[in-house]
Amino acid sequence: MTQFNELLLALFFVSCLMMAVSCRLLHCIRLVAMQGILLGILPLTISGTFSLEHPVMSAVNFLLKGIALPALLYMAMKKADVKRELEPVVGYSFSAAIILILTLFSFYITNKMGTPVHSAPLANIAIPASFTMVMTGLFIIIARKKALTQVIGFLVFENGITLFGAAAMREHPVIVELGILLDVLVLVFIMGITVFQISRAFSHVDADRLNQLDDLPDNGEVRS
Amino acid sequence: MNINTLTHLCCFVAALFLAPLLPGIINKVKAFFAGRQGPKVTQLYKDLGKLIRKECVISSTSGGILKLAPSVILVFTVLSAMLLPAGFFMSPLKFEGDALLFFYLLGTCRIAMVLAALDTGSSFEGMGASREVFFSALAEAAVFAVLAFLALFSGKLSLSHMLCISGVDSWMDFTPVMLVIFSLFLILLAENCRVPFDDPETHLELTMIHEAMILDYAGPDLAAILYSSSLKLWIFAGLITSLLIPPGVFPVWGEILLSFGGIFLCAVIVGIVESSMARYRFLKVPPLLTAALVLPVIAILFYFFFQGGVQ
Repeated sequence: MTQFNELLLALFFVSCLMMAVSCRLLHCIRLVAMQGILLGILPLTISGTFSLEHPVMSAVNFLLKGIALPALLYMAMKKADVKRELEPVVGYSFSAAIILILTLFSFYITNKMGTPVHSAPLANIAIPASFTMVMTGLFIIIARKKALTQVIGFLVFENGITLFGAAAMREHPVIVELGILLDVLVLVFIMGITVFQISRAFSHVDADRLNQLDDLPDNGEVRS
Repeated sequence: MNINTLTHLCCFVAALFLAPLLPGIINKVKAFFAGRQGPKVTQLYKDLGKLIRKECVISSTSGGILKLAPSVILVFTVLSAMLLPAGFFMSPLKFEGDALLFFYLLGTCRIAMVLAALDTGSSFEGMGASREVFFSALAEAAVFAVLAFLALFSGKLSLSHMLCISGVDSWMDFTPVMLVIFSLFLILLAENCRVPFDDPETHLELTMIHEAMILDYAGPDLAAILYSSSLKLWIFAGLITSLLIPPGVFPVWGEILLSFGGIFLCAVIVGIVESSMARYRFLKVPPLLTAALVLPVIAILFYFFFQGGVQ
C-alpha cells in the first residue's frame, strides 16, 4: 500500500510539471481533474484508522474537485471559445525549470520545518508535494495571462492546501473542509461566469489587458 | 573465459542480429493501427542486404568526412552496445565510470553524423544538423540527470553495476524508478528521432531532422547508418528493460528471455506512441525535454526523502 501511495504522490509532482509545460487549456483542465480524483483517493489509502468521515470527505472531494469543477471550467472554456494560452508571461521551458526550483525549495522547507508529530504516514513526501502544488498554483496565476488559466492555477493552489490538510493531520474537522470546499465552489462558479462575461464584452479573456480599463469619458470606448 | 563473459557475448551477438527487427516491429504496429498490411517485420534485413550490394556514391563537394562517418558511427555504436549489460550479465569491458564513456560514444556518433552532414554542402543537411544538435543538447541534460539518479541509487559509477544492482531495489523503490523510466523513454524517443520529436516517415526535407542528415548516403554507407540507428534503438530499449527486470527472481534463461522480450515490447510501445500522436512543433520540444530533465531530479528527491539521507 505504501508503494501505491508513493505513486499517487509522485503523480501530484508530475501533474504540476505537466501543467507548467502544456499550453492547451483542455490539457490543464484534465490535469486539475486528475489531481482532484487523486485527492479523493488519497485519504482512503493514507488514513490509519477507519471512520465515517474519511469516505464521505473522499466522495465529496472526488465529485467536486474531480468532476464538477473541471466540468464547470470546461463549459467556461467552450463558452469563452479559448483553447490555448498563447502569450504566457514566462515561457514553457523556463516554467518547467521554475517548477523544478519550487520543488527543490519545498523539499528544503519541509526538511527545515520537520514533519508534524501527529502526521499521517508518508507525510515527508505529502507535505513537499502540497507545498509544490501551492507554489505551482501561485506561479500559474502570476505567469499566465488568460483568466481561465488563472482560475486553474487557483484550483491547483487549493488542491495543495487540501493535500496539506490530509497529510499533516490524522483528524481534520470535516466542517472546516466542507467550508473551504464551498468557498472554492462559489469562487469557481463566479470566475466561470466572469470569464464568459469578459470574453463577451472584449472578445478575449486576457486578464492582463484589464489593467488598462479606465473611466475617462474621452477614452471610454471598449478596447479590444 | 568464464561463463558470465560467454553468456554476455552470446547475448551481445544475438542483439547485433536482432536489432534490425525493432524498426520493423514499430512499422508493423503503426500499420496495424492504420489498418494497413504494412511491410514485413524483417524488411530492414532485406533493405540492408540490397544496400550492401550497391555501390557508394560520394558527393563531389565532400572533403572526406562524409566517407569516414558511417564507419565511425557503426564502430562506436557497436562499442557502446558492448558496454551495456545483457540481461543481468555484466559487460566484460566494464570499469568504474564507463557510464560516461557509454553516452559519449553515442555522442561521438552524433558528432560524426553532424560533421558529415555539414560536409556534404547541402543546405537541407545543414538544417537537419542544426536541429539535431539543438535537441540532443537538451536531451543530454536529461541523460545526465538520469545517470545521477542511477549513480546515487546504486552507489556505483559503471553502467553494468548501475543497471544490475539497482535492479534489485527497483521494485522496492518503485516510484522514483518509474519517474526515471518515463524520463528515459522520452530520451529514447528524442535520441532515436521518433515521433513527438521527429517523424522518420516524413518525405519533406524541410521538416526532417535525422533523415535530412543521411540524404547524401548511398549503398553500404547508408546500410551502416541504418543498421547503427536500429542498434541505437536497441541500446536505449535495453537500458529501460534492464532497469525494470528484478535480477535473481527468475532463472538465467528466463531473465535473458525477459530482457529480450522487454526490448521488443519497448518497440511496440514506441509504435503505439507514434500512431497515437503527431509530431510536435519545434517550439514545443524544449519544454518536453526540460520535463524529461526535471523528472529524474524529482526522483532523486523522492529517493532521498524515503532514505532520510539528505539532512
